[in-house]
Amino acid sequence: MEAGIVSYGAYVPRHRITPTEIGRVWGVDGEAMGQGLGVRRKSVPDPDEDTITISTEALRTALVRGAIDPQQIGALYVGSESHPYAVKPTATVVAQAVGATPNLTAADFEFACKAGTAAIQTCLGLVGAGMIKYGVAIGTDTSQGAPGDALEYSASAGGAAFVIGRDRVICRVNRTVSYTTDTPDFWRREGQKYPSHGGRFTGEPAYFRHVTECAHRMMEAVGTTPKDYGHVVFHQPNGKFPQRVGKQLGFTEPQMRYGLVTPAIGNTYSAAALIGLANVLDHAGPGEKILVVGYGSGAGSDAFDLETTEEIATYEKVYGRSVESFLERGVEISYAQYAKVRGKINMGGS
Amino acid sequence: MRDVAVLGVGQTKFGELWDRSFREIGIEAGLQALVDAKLSSHDLDGLFLGNMASGALIDQEQIAPLILDVAGLARSHLPAVRVEGGGASGALALHQGYLAVASGLYDFVVVGGAEKLTDVPDATAAEITSSAADTEWEVVFGATLPALWALVARRHMHDYGTTREDLARVAVHAHEMGSKNPLAHYRNKLSLAQVVGAGPVAEPLGVLDCAPLSDGAAAVVLGPMELARQHTDTPIRIAASQVACDTMAVQHRQEITRLDSTVVAAHRAFEQARRAPADVQVAEIHDAYTISALVSLEDLGFVEKGRAGPEFASGRFGPGGKTVVNTSGGLKAQGRPFGAVGVAQVVELVRQLRGEAKDRQVSGATLGLAQDVGGTGATTVVHLLERAN
Repeated sequence: MEAGIVSYGAYVPRHRITPTEIGRVWGVDGEAMGQGLGVRRKSVPDPDEDTITISTEALRTALVRGAIDPQQIGALYVGSESHPYAVKPTATVVAQAVGATPNLTAADFEFACKAGTAAIQTCLGLVGAGMIKYGVAIGTDTSQGAPGDALEYSASAGGAAFVIGRDRVICRVNRTVSYTTDTPDFWRREGQKYPSHGGRFTGEPAYFRHVTECAHRMMEAVGTTPKDYGHVVFHQPNGKFPQRVGKQLGFTEPQMRYGLVTPAIGNTYSAAALIGLANVLDHAGPGEKILVVGYGSGAGSDAFDLETTEEIATYEKVYGRSVESFLERGVEISYAQYAKVRGKINMGGS
Repeated sequence: MRDVAVLGVGQTKFGELWDRSFREIGIEAGLQALVDAKLSSHDLDGLFLGNMASGALIDQEQIAPLILDVAGLARSHLPAVRVEGGGASGALALHQGYLAVASGLYDFVVVGGAEKLTDVPDATAAEITSSAADTEWEVVFGATLPALWALVARRHMHDYGTTREDLARVAVHAHEMGSKNPLAHYRNKLSLAQVVGAGPVAEPLGVLDCAPLSDGAAAVVLGPMELARQHTDTPIRIAASQVACDTMAVQHRQEITRLDSTVVAAHRAFEQARRAPADVQVAEIHDAYTISALVSLEDLGFVEKGRAGPEFASGRFGPGGKTVVNTSGGLKAQGRPFGAVGVAQVVELVRQLRGEAKDRQVSGATLGLAQDVGGTGATTVVHLLERAN
């Protein structure tokens, strides 16, 4: 497959809240909750931030870094489960904002937390077939857990944009494999504000089964074993699941180091694995092999066998913020501020 | 009244059986029991099915004819009866089956117990199972089953000096035995420190003092003793089958640390069998909460009131002890699919008395006791089973 990653960018909102602070409000041992989930802080978007602004920030970074003319973008897909509109695409607003309109196709993708990786696969197909020069795939979310629910301790916001093309590829995509079943582990019906989940059912039969099966199929398809990879990135709904599945598959801590970002920013849903990949690329030199395995409830996994090229040595990473800066910085807020900016306070009226 | 024997037993794995339906596990256990009893479905006279809350848990009532139907027996038009008594539903169904065969009206019956608890969210399952306590006097004020048993534990500690470690030993023992039972929900061993250090559910009871929510099914085939030899070389005689009831709410009891339903049912059972607690080598008792096991050991007559903690610590009820309890792993480790529990207890006793319990076999066991409790003790069913040589 000749198509690969030409450029990328990530964005995470500035505010952070700790599990301890959330637990304080609900009378729960938040520190223990955070330790149990493997989450130290989670990001919180401002009232003027949504998946459109996050996508735009991430994509602008990618376009400048790769010196890409937005008019050369032939397809733009935004994968998310928190699109601002139920009807009216996020992708068109983002495309207009970066100056990519009107000569492109655009659409919103939804597949729980793996809509972003599904968008990458679609772009690979279009670019590989020669139908477009550049395809943009974005994974982003501003998801919320119901107040007091276990999800509230991890559900956060962020996004990552990947430009797929054939020229000056910094990271080759050798192969992509998917594993999909009808598994109802996590869902939100039309009109519902917060998602529902199947508790412990979201573990073994859902996340672990799909990620493990997909990773095995990927390595079998390309004839690799865990030790062949310099880095591995898993979907990371919390800090614990990806570490456990990595260990089960035979990966080591150093291989997971850069790909694991959830402990510092929370679960960014559709962006989680992609921000992890962006962090890996921030640190990678040429010739490094990377395995990415995403996961989306409902349920499915997309795996990618990647390898950085010589191009990454001269790729402009300086523009825009590194993922590490998002992981380290941030301004902590109280639950009261969090409740205000996330619209959890009843202001009266309808 | 005729003597009644257990001719066959069957049981599914207990645990989170997310890929299996209620009807599937019900049939599996029943079929195993029939095959074990060397009977065909044409020989049957009836089905008794213990289940606590299928309507609330899986939106299905009339589950006794349902199981007959999906087993392909609808055209036989057999009588099929569901029996409900909270957590004691399984043993209560066994009591009904026993009465039917003992009376001479039926010859061969299948008694099953089945529950599917993990198809609903945990919080919903906790709400539904708490309805085995008194909804108007207890549950409406926020009491759950573990909260009510925690009250019992606190009072037992106050009155008799029972310690946190005394409670924890019950769970350690259960997991030790469960580790040897391939059908158990939990097969991991626990240390005393792990149980004591686990997060609280309702203090002093922690997460590891409480039995899990499980799916599972168990079944036995009963028949008259006079025909038993045609089906098995080792018929197990039901030496006693007794039920006793008490107030629904804990606060209406004379003593909250005493299960009067257990005291009375055990007394009646030992009278019926003309045996004494000291004759029992193997017992399956109600360890839904570690405190319920200690209280049960006292009220069944194995030890004096207040002495269960120290006696348990001395090894009196462990492997090599005078009466070995919960060789199956009990509700704590084997699992707690409410309606299946009482039947599974008897399945384990039959395996012990036949000498088929493998790693967990209590050598020379000839008399076994099963105690199944509903809610906080509004119902207790006690069975005594005896190897008939």
